[in-house]
Amino acid sequence: MIKTLALSLTAAAALAGPAMAQTYNVGISAEPYPPFYAPDASGAWSGWEIDFMNAVCDRIGAECVVTPVAWEGIIPALNTGKIDMIIGSMGITPERAEQIAFSDKYYDTPTGVVALASTDVQPTPEGVTGAYLGAQSGSIQENYVAQYFAETAADVRIYQTLDEELQDLAAGRIDAVVGDTLAMQPFIDSEAGQACCEYRGAVENDPDVLGRGVGIGLRKDDTELLETVNAAIAEIRSDGTYEEISAPYFGDLDIYGE
Amino acid sequence: MPDIDIPARPTPASPARILARGVRGLMMPHRIAMALVALAGLVAMVLMMDWSWLPAYLPRLWAGLGMTLAMLGASVVFGFLIALPLGVAQVIGPRPLRWLALGFCTVIRGTPLLLQLWLIYFGLGSLFAQFPELRETWLWPYLRQAWPYGLFALTISFAAYQGEVMRGAFAGVPYGELEAARAFGMSRGKVFRRVWFPRALYRALPTLSGEIILQLKSTPLLATITVTDLYAVITRVRQATFLTYEPLLFLVAVYLCLSAVLIGVLRWMETRVPQHG
Repeated sequence: MIKTLALSLTAAAALAGPAMAQTYNVGISAEPYPPFYAPDASGAWSGWEIDFMNAVCDRIGAECVVTPVAWEGIIPALNTGKIDMIIGSMGITPERAEQIAFSDKYYDTPTGVVALASTDVQPTPEGVTGAYLGAQSGSIQENYVAQYFAETAADVRIYQTLDEELQDLAAGRIDAVVGDTLAMQPFIDSEAGQACCEYRGAVENDPDVLGRGVGIGLRKDDTELLETVNAAIAEIRSDGTYEEISAPYFGDLDIYGE
Repeated sequence: MPDIDIPARPTPASPARILARGVRGLMMPHRIAMALVALAGLVAMVLMMDWSWLPAYLPRLWAGLGMTLAMLGASVVFGFLIALPLGVAQVIGPRPLRWLALGFCTVIRGTPLLLQLWLIYFGLGSLFAQFPELRETWLWPYLRQAWPYGLFALTISFAAYQGEVMRGAFAGVPYGELEAARAFGMSRGKVFRRVWFPRALYRALPTLSGEIILQLKSTPLLATITVTDLYAVITRVRQATFLTYEPLLFLVAVYLCLSAVLIGVLRWMETRVPQHG
């Protein structure tokens, strides 16, 4: 009886499908990444990227469900259909582009180095000689550090979250953190950050490692979705929504890059 | 008097004999069938999955395995050395000492290891960092690393679990044996060395191997505080290759092999410890 009911309900849902809004599971990293996305006390996610996601989903007429996924498994999760999009500050790198499709970029911020004020660490391979560096696991910065800084640095410590890195930096257990400049900004401005550390500038860009900005990750065969998403991003950029979303988080700073 | 079947006293077996017994055991039809299924699965895995990442990561995997084994070995040895006084204190210690030991075991065994690890690394670790004088000493290069905190957390965890086991083992040695040893004129120290400790150790050995296997499976937690153990290397592989199953299955195989070797070695050790000494 119950089974029949469930079956007929499923059938009804399937029939009604095209009329109802499409639901997409949008993957973000389960590790908070403020100010782009972080859960509040009740577990609801908010942040610049969540607002951006809502703007995109409004425009493509879809229902989007924020789905936190462990970062190291987020690309397999997309390709196996557990999620349908990644809107999680994922840099567009050639390596990732082999696995998934990317939309046009929607923001682009430099990778920089925050160091203990007492050290003379600089954002160059020679500048990190003998220093203990921190990078976030699975990030483009980790790859950058591995390629350019690992030889000269004393040690590279890999952290699960940016928060933990910055905590260890403030405690003086690492000399510098290589991370996204914008994501590190709240720490640099904070009292703890001012007390211990200084921003030492951006690293020399290498698009092959650091990518070409941040884009929405999609399955390669979802070409239709890619088109609508790109159109939505262009619209958000041109009709002033982008500035509207950004103002509460970044003020006048334009995070789109050139 | 009814005829009681007294089990023959097992003689210490040589590794060769244990191996022979093991091989005989494996020749049972259902085991052969199971082994064939496992073998077929293995062949399918090797042929159908992507293992091209393995050679490039081999040096790092070895280093990670070394770190895992070093953490396991050191924490088991140090933990066991702490467990002995913990066990003794709980059995014959004066009351304050007994309570202290009991309290330590209860707190450590009653809280998640991950929590202890984080409290020690992020809590204690940043506390140390607040003393600028400490940075000038020879200790600082160690204190700023992650592995000493990991080793410390693993050690006290092992000590607490094993301390409880040793308490039971010490308490379980028949009082008559200790009395007899005293009657022979042995000093208290000699009674401990020759009778109480060996008898307790033998009672504790089977659980000891279980605890060591559990400890092996706790080591991946160290990856959360930036220690690059085997698990951390595999996480790195997963991120770089975007593969899920291959690196994880590889990890399963390595931990299974480690467990099997450990069980074999500990079983052999069990047969070497004199039981009636």
